[in-house]
Amino acid sequence: MAIDGTQVLVRTVTDDEAAILESWLTLLKSGGSLQTGRIREVELQAQARTVFGQLRDALASGESDGHAASYEALRETLAEISRSRAIQGFTPTDTANFVFSLKEPIFTALNKASGTDLAALTAGTQTASRLLDGLGLHTMEVFQTSREEVIGRQSQEIAELSTPVVQLWDGILALPLIGTLDSARTGVVMENLLQAIVDEEAEIAIIDITGVPTVDTLVAQHLLKAIAAARLMGADCIISGIRPQIAQTMVHLGVELNVVSKATLADAFALALRRTGRTVVRRAAPAPITLDERR
Amino acid sequence: MPPPKSDVLPIRSGDDVVRVRQATRARAIEIGLSLVDQTKIITAASELARNTLDYGGGGEVAIEVVQAGARRGVRLAFQDKGPGIPDIAKALTDHYTTGGGLGLGLGGAKRLSNEFHIESTPGVGTRVVIARWK
Amino acid sequence: MDRIPILKLGGALIVTIQVDMHDRLAMALEEDLTNRIVSTGARGVLIEISALEIVDSFIGRMLDNIAAISRVLDAETVVVGMRPAVAITLVELGLTLTGIKTALNVERGMALIQARLDEDGDLGNARATSEE
Repeated sequence: MAIDGTQVLVRTVTDDEAAILESWLTLLKSGGSLQTGRIREVELQAQARTVFGQLRDALASGESDGHAASYEALRETLAEISRSRAIQGFTPTDTANFVFSLKEPIFTALNKASGTDLAALTAGTQTASRLLDGLGLHTMEVFQTSREEVIGRQSQEIAELSTPVVQLWDGILALPLIGTLDSARTGVVMENLLQAIVDEEAEIAIIDITGVPTVDTLVAQHLLKAIAAARLMGADCIISGIRPQIAQTMVHLGVELNVVSKATLADAFALALRRTGRTVVRRAAPAPITLDERR
Repeated sequence: MPPPKSDVLPIRSGDDVVRVRQATRARAIEIGLSLVDQTKIITAASELARNTLDYGGGGEVAIEVVQAGARRGVRLAFQDKGPGIPDIAKALTDHYTTGGGLGLGLGGAKRLSNEFHIESTPGVGTRVVIARWK
Repeated sequence: MDRIPILKLGGALIVTIQVDMHDRLAMALEEDLTNRIVSTGARGVLIEISALEIVDSFIGRMLDNIAAISRVLDAETVVVGMRPAVAITLVELGLTLTGIKTALNVERGMALIQARLDEDGDLGNARATSEE
């Protein structure tokens, strides 16, 4: 009759609980996690005790498949630990080692308990290996997912931070674009601009591209889409700040921007004022500039 | 994990097109799509539902919430038993139309979605699957 | 069948779309507006769509048609209040509605129509409009 690895494992873990836990804690302490200062020893111990307790309880159900219902609580705890580590900035290795370092103590205990019964040892080791590998991978998956969430949130924040819409005058907005425009960022830029048009009841939006390093066909397309969308809402756009090199590149690439464009933001603003029926007039002769100011 | 929700709606009349839009909106809101993404997928659904009605002689759509890792999305599968599309590449080009429309349906729906698949067999029918991810 | 009400204000017709447009409603509106432009001799049509959550190619085509028909009948169509998400989606869809005038809200839209009425001197007091 084949020896049931689960039975061997259950017996060993229950009988040798104290020794396994202590040995695991020692391993965890000597591992990298504590040295980074990201987690305190007390916390690490508490986590280890909870996990071990839940593992023992789950095993007691006679089941050694990590996906079984009896492992639900353990999986939850591990997921929770993984998530917090991902956010605290632990390395994947540190996180995975939390579970994998339990292997050694359990194998040692199995070895001791089985004595000369090689078949029991093999069966127990295989079961423990499979179970802990599964749980380790589970923590890695949660870790990975949490990291992706963090990264996603960060790129969203960066996109929002880097696209302010400023009001220049009643009904006139400016959008100073800085940096490379990709599809994702243009999407955010466009939404911000259009929402600002609604909020400020703006008739004219000036898109200033002085800070955009290159304008290729794709960027031009993105800009044209934003302008078309603004027009659908009833606002006009003016492009400003096309630098000489960019104007050259655009012509060489055959990129056409069929919109009103002005060399500088100031020119565009003057046009916007004129279109909204305003003029800028000098009321007095300019004050003489002192030497200090000139410097 | 609970099984993904899936609704199957018939597309037999203009009112059904409105119902497809409403069901798509409900799913899009459920997974927390941004307002712009909601609008895009609902508009795509509207285009394809009307295609199914006008060119496929009616059919049905299955709307479901899908999950891949941490990302959730809405997937719609339109199915009709109409005459099919002999030249899919041509049907996807803008302003190509066999009906009286603007011919933006298929190409437009593709641009509004993150995923787009189309299979069509002349004389058997057409199946279009689109998805928008959060 | 329900229809979308059309209001007359001076030389302009005003339509506010408040419901999820189904195709029959859109076609009925196109027809009703055409008749009303002729019967009232309106010179401007203002369509307010801030309540519309989507504009697909069908509704887009309806707006285009209304604009083209009113042009033939010597009236100007102004679409006002399109939501940002709807505008982005329409552009992505490939519909830019270049034949239609747009404005942010009813007030600005009416000002556009009024400018045209003034130009025509329909109200008898042709006010000087500086530009456009």
